[in-house]
Amino acid sequence: MSFDVAAVRGQFPILSEIIDGLPVHYLDNGASAQTPLTVIDAVRRYETTGRANVLRGVHRLAERATEAYENARAQVASFLGVPTMEIVFTGGCTAAINLVAFSYGALLKPGDRILLSELEHHSNIVPWQLLRSRSGVELDMLPVTTDGRIDLSALPRLVTPKTKFVSLAHVSNVTGALLDVRTVVEAAKAVGAKVMLDGAQRAPHGPLDLPSLGIDFYAFSGHKAYGPNGIGVLWGRSELMDAMPPFMGGGSMIGRVTLAETTWAPSPRRFEAGTPPIGPAIGLGAACAWMQALDWAGAHEHEMDLVQRLMDGLQKIDGTQIFGPAGLQNRYPVVSFMLDGVHPHDVAQTLDSFGVAVRAGHHCAQPLMDRFDLDGTTRVSMAPYNDNSDIDALLAGVAHAAKTLR
Amino acid sequence: MSDQLYQERIVALAKAKTGAGKLENPTRTVRRDNPLCGDRVILDVRLDGEGRIAEIGHQVRGCLLCQASASALSAVAVGRDAAGVAELRRDAERALGREPGETHEPFDAFAPVAAHKARQDCVLLPLEALKDALS
Ligand SMILES: Cc1ncc(COP(=O)(O)O)c(C=O)c1O
Repeated sequence: MSFDVAAVRGQFPILSEIIDGLPVHYLDNGASAQTPLTVIDAVRRYETTGRANVLRGVHRLAERATEAYENARAQVASFLGVPTMEIVFTGGCTAAINLVAFSYGALLKPGDRILLSELEHHSNIVPWQLLRSRSGVELDMLPVTTDGRIDLSALPRLVTPKTKFVSLAHVSNVTGALLDVRTVVEAAKAVGAKVMLDGAQRAPHGPLDLPSLGIDFYAFSGHKAYGPNGIGVLWGRSELMDAMPPFMGGGSMIGRVTLAETTWAPSPRRFEAGTPPIGPAIGLGAACAWMQALDWAGAHEHEMDLVQRLMDGLQKIDGTQIFGPAGLQNRYPVVSFMLDGVHPHDVAQTLDSFGVAVRAGHHCAQPLMDRFDLDGTTRVSMAPYNDNSDIDALLAGVAHAAKTLR
Repeated sequence: MSDQLYQERIVALAKAKTGAGKLENPTRTVRRDNPLCGDRVILDVRLDGEGRIAEIGHQVRGCLLCQASASALSAVAVGRDAAGVAELRRDAERALGREPGETHEPFDAFAPVAAHKARQDCVLLPLEALKDALS
C-alpha cells in the first residue's frame, strides 16, 4: 500500500490552518518540526491529570508523574534500541553535546585530540572549543566534499593514536548527507577513540538501532522530532556514563550530600540535576511512539519523491544550484540551494509571502559556509507530512523571486 | 501571494548599486557584521578636512534590503559629518516605524520594512557601519 500522506497530515492540526489568508506549507522541519495531536494530548494528560514533581513525593500525583516520566524514558530507549537506563533527558541536543564535551571532556588530557568536521552545526563545534580552552585538547576537522559530505578519505590522516573522541553529524543539517557511520567507527575503534553522533537531523526520520552502529554516544532534540521544546536526549553507554563526572550539580543527581563531600548517583540521574522538563519528556515519549507506529519504508520513499520533485523543479529555474548530494542515495530530505543573484534571505522572505516556510542563512554552520565561500543557502527540510503541494508552492515562490529580485 | 516587502523602489535602489565598490585612498575602512543573518558591510570613506564625507564606497555581502540601504546611503552621504549621518539614521528609523515623524528621500522607500521586524537590522547595518567610520 502506498504511503497515506493525507492521513498523516490529518494528525497535525497546524497544517490545516490558514494564516493571513495563506495555507501552511511548512518546509522548515530541520529547525523545528510540527507536533501531532497525540503528543499534545500526552502533555495535556500530564498537565491535567498527573502534574507533580518526579522522584520526590509519595503522594499519588507524584507517583503518576514519575511513572509517566519514566515511561517516556523507556519509550525513547525503545525508539533508539538501547537500555532504558542509558537514556538521559537534557534540555535539547545542544545541552546533550555540551554535557558530553564537559563530562567526558573532563577525562581527557592536554594534547588529546578530538575529531570533528567542517560541516558540523555550531553546537557540535563550540562546546569542543570551550573544552579546548579549559583543558588543552586539540581539535581536528574532517574536510567536506563539494557535494556536501564529510570527506572520509581524510580519516587515515586525521585519526591518530592521540585521537580520543570523534563527534560528527549523523545527517547534515545543511546538505542532508548521511554519514557513513561504519567507516568512521572502524577508524575510531582502531585507535580506541569514542564516537558520538549528533542525531538532531536523523532522529526525526524514524527509529534507530544504535547498538548496531557501534557508537558510544548519541544526541538529539525533541522539538525537531515532533515533540515539545525544551527536551533533548543523550544516550551513552552506561560504562562510559558511570565513569564521567556530573555536568551540573543539584537535586536528584546525588548519592549522599554532606557539607564536606557529595557522592553521585549513577547515570542517568547523575546527569539530570534539578527538576527535569517533565511535561516535555512525556511529550517526547509520545512523539517517539508516534514515529515508531509510522510506516517508515513508505515515509522515506515519499520523502525521497519530494526531494526528487524539488530537484527537478529547481533545475527548471534559471540560476539555481543545489549544495549537497545530487542523488537520493544516503541522504535525508534536507536540501540546500542557491539562486544566482538573489540572497537566500530574500528567497525565504519571498517564499513566506507564498505561505512557504523555509530557513535561509548559514544554518549555524558558518565554517561550512566559509569553506565554500557561500553567503548562505535556502534550506528546504521535509517531514513525512509534506506533500506535492508544498513543493509546488515553493517552486512557484522561487520562480517569482528569480523574476522580480534580480 | 502577499508580497508587500520587495516594492519597486527598494529593488531599484539595490539594483542601482550607488557607491558600490572600494575607494582608492580611503581615510577609514570599517566592517560591520550581523551575526544573526551573516550580512556583512565593508565601507570605505574619504573625509575632507572638516570631517565631512568626501567620497564613500561600499561592499555588501548581504540581502537585497542591506544592498538597497547601502545604495541609498551612498546617494546622500557626501558632504555630511557625523551629525548629518545621525540625521539619516533617524530618517531610516522613522521609515521603519521605530520613531515618530515624517521620513524623506531616499529612506522613505523602506517603509514596507516597518511590518517586518526581523529584517530591520538589514536596513540599519550600513548606517551602523557609517557611524563607526565617523566616530
Ligand atoms: C545537526 C544539528 N545539531 C544540533 C542542533 C541543535 O539543536 P538544538 O538547538 O535543538 O539544541 C541542530 C539544530 O539546529 C542541528 O541541526
